[in-house]
Amino acid sequence: MNAAQIVLPAIGPALPELILSVGVLVLILYGAFKGERSTEGVSVGALILLILALFAVVSQPFGTKVTTFNGSFIVDGFARVMKALTLIGSAAAILLAKEHFERERIARFEYPILIVLSTIGMMVMASANDLIGLYMGLELQSLAAYVIASFHRDDLRSTEAGLKYFVLGALSSGMLLYGASLVYGFTGSVSFPHIVTALREGSGLGVVLGIVFVAAGVSFKLAAVPFHMWTPDVYEGAPTPVTAFFASAPKMAAMAMAVRVFVGAFPTVTPEWQQIIVFVSIASMALGSFAAIGQRSLKRLMAYSSIANVGYALIGLAAGTQEGIRGVVIYMAIYLAMTLGAFAVILSLRRGRQMYETIDDLSGLSRTHPFVAFLLAMMMFSLAGIPPLAGFFAKFYVFAAAIKANLVTLAVIGVVTSVIGAYYYLRLVKVMYFDEPAEAYEPMGPGLRIVLGLSSVVVLLFWLVPAPLVGLAGTAARSLF
Amino acid sequence: MTAAAAFFYLFAAITVASGFMVIASRNPVTSVLFLILAFVNAAGLFVLMGAEFLAMILVVVYVGAVAVLFLFVVMMLDVDFAELRQGFQDYLPVGGLIGAVFLIELLLVVGSWAIDPGLVHGPLAVAPGGETVTNTQALGLVLYTNYFFFFQIAGLILLVAMIGAIVLTLRDRPGVKRQDIAIQNARTQASAVEVRQVPTGQGVEV
Repeated sequence: MNAAQIVLPAIGPALPELILSVGVLVLILYGAFKGERSTEGVSVGALILLILALFAVVSQPFGTKVTTFNGSFIVDGFARVMKALTLIGSAAAILLAKEHFERERIARFEYPILIVLSTIGMMVMASANDLIGLYMGLELQSLAAYVIASFHRDDLRSTEAGLKYFVLGALSSGMLLYGASLVYGFTGSVSFPHIVTALREGSGLGVVLGIVFVAAGVSFKLAAVPFHMWTPDVYEGAPTPVTAFFASAPKMAAMAMAVRVFVGAFPTVTPEWQQIIVFVSIASMALGSFAAIGQRSLKRLMAYSSIANVGYALIGLAAGTQEGIRGVVIYMAIYLAMTLGAFAVILSLRRGRQMYETIDDLSGLSRTHPFVAFLLAMMMFSLAGIPPLAGFFAKFYVFAAAIKANLVTLAVIGVVTSVIGAYYYLRLVKVMYFDEPAEAYEPMGPGLRIVLGLSSVVVLLFWLVPAPLVGLAGTAARSLF
Repeated sequence: MTAAAAFFYLFAAITVASGFMVIASRNPVTSVLFLILAFVNAAGLFVLMGAEFLAMILVVVYVGAVAVLFLFVVMMLDVDFAELRQGFQDYLPVGGLIGAVFLIELLLVVGSWAIDPGLVHGPLAVAPGGETVTNTQALGLVLYTNYFFFFQIAGLILLVAMIGAIVLTLRDRPGVKRQDIAIQNARTQASAVEVRQVPTGQGVEV
C-alpha cells in the first residue's frame, strides 16, 4: 500500500547465518550437478563455510547487544558464544564423518549440507528473541537431524532411530507450541522483552501452564529426564558420527534455547520454572548415572552420559543467576570437548569394515594403542570430574553457583551422582588398562586425529589457562542480565 | 447478527460431530471423508470470523491436498484398523484413568477463568485493517516486512524437507531403461536397421 513507509531490516547482525544459508545453496547446486563424486568437495566446502561463519561470529562487536528483524533476532555475548560452540561442534561432526561414511559406503554429499542447514537452525535458536524465532530455529535444526539419524538408510537400526526421533520430536514440538500459544495468549505477545513486561506483576495460572509445556518441549530437545526415552535408542541406532553430532552441537543449541526462554522471557517469574528445572536436573543426573552402569554398548553409555551431563549443566540454569549462566556456558564448552574426544576414539575402533562398539572391545587398548588409550582415559577422568582436568572445573562452576543461589541440596545431589557416575567412567579405564588386550585396531584417520587432538588439548590444559573461556562465559552471562 | 450466530452454531455443530465421527467410524475411508467435512466447516467458521484468507487456504491446502493424500495413503496401504484397535480393551483402564486425571486438571484450570463479557456480546472479530484492507493484503504487508526473517527460515525448512525426502528415498537402480535423446538422435540407418536374408522355412536367430 504505502511502500515508502516500509523500512527494510538491518541484515548485518545475521551475517553468520547469511553466509551459511547462501553458501549451502551453492553447495547444493554443486552437489546436484556433480553427483555423488562431489562428496569430498562438498564436505570441504561445508567446513570452509562453518569456519567463515565462525569468523563472522567472532568478529561481531563484542559486548554490545543488537536486535534486528523487528526485535525477533538478538545478537549479544551469549548468542555469540553459543553460536561459536555449535559451529565448532558441527565442523567436528563433518570431520568425524568422512572416513566412517566412506568405509560404510554411505558417503553422500547431502550429509554435510544437512549438517550446515541444521547449524543455521541452531544459530537461530541461540539468537531467538521471540517465540516464533525460537520455534522456527528448532524445527530447522530438528528436521535436518531426523534425516541424518536415518542416514544409513539400508540399516534397520538407523532407520528405526530416525523414525523414533521424528515421531517423538514432532510430539515434543507440539508440546512446545502448545505452551508457546498459552504464553502468547496470556501475555499478549510473542516477543521476549514484551513477555517480561507483561509478567512484571507475577503470572496467572495460564502462563504457568504455558511455561510447563514449554519446559517439557525444551527438556525433550535437551534429552533431559523425564523426556529422555528416545536418547539411548537414537544414539545407538544412528551412524556413530551422527551420534557424535547429536551429542555435541544440538545440545549447545538446546541449552542456549533453554537459557533464552527461561532467563530471557521469564526472569520475573523465576520461582515458577525454577522448581521444574531443579526436578529435571536431579532426575537427569540420577538416571544418567544409575542407568549407565549396566550398559555394554559404548554409544548407549555415551547417551546416558549425555543425559547426566545435561542434568549437571541445568544446575546452573536452576540457579537462575548470572553466575549460574556462566557455569552453564563453561560446562557446555567443556562437555563439547570431552564428548567429541570420546567419540573420536569410539570411531577409531575398527578393523576393515567392522565397527566395534562395546565396552569389552576396549580391553587392553593401553597395550595396542597406548596414546589413544591415554587420551580416552583422560576424557573419562574428566567426565568423572577428577581434578585438574577440565571436567572438574565445569562441575565446580555450576555447583558453586548453585550453592550461592541457596540450592545446596541440588549441589549435594550433584556431587553424589557424579561419584556414582565415576564408577562407569573409571570402569572403561580399568578395561583399557588391566584387561587382556584384544587384536589391534586400524590407525586413526586424519579427521579423527584433528578432533581428538584439539579436544584433548582443551581437556588436559584447561587448568593452565582457564581465563579465556571463563572470561568469555562471564561476558556471555552478563549480556543476559 | 442472528443469522451469523445461527451459521456459527450450524458450522460448529457439524465440525464437532464430524470430528467425533473421524475417530468413531470403522471404515478408514469414511474417517477421511468426515475429516474433509470437518475441514470445510472449520473454513466456514473462519469466514464468519472475517478471516477469508485462512478459510480459502484451509480448503485449498487441507481439503484439496492433505486430505486427498490421506485418502490415497489409506486406500493404498491396506491398513487393518480392526487389528490396530485390538489392544484398545487392554489399555482402556490405564488410558481412561490418565484421561480422567487430565480432564479434571483441565476443568480445574478452565473453571478458574472468567470469560470477558466483551467477547461474548461484542461483534464478530474484525481482521486488522478493517474494511479497506483484505486479509491477503494485510498478510502480505507483514509477511515480507516484519516477518521477513521467519519467511526465509520457513523456506530453509522446506528445503530441508525436500533434501530429506530425496536422501531417504532416491535410489539409483541399475538396469532402468531411460530415454536418452542424444543417443536416439545419434542413431543412423546403418546402426539401427539390419537387413538379413531369411532362408525359407528356417527363420533367423535374433
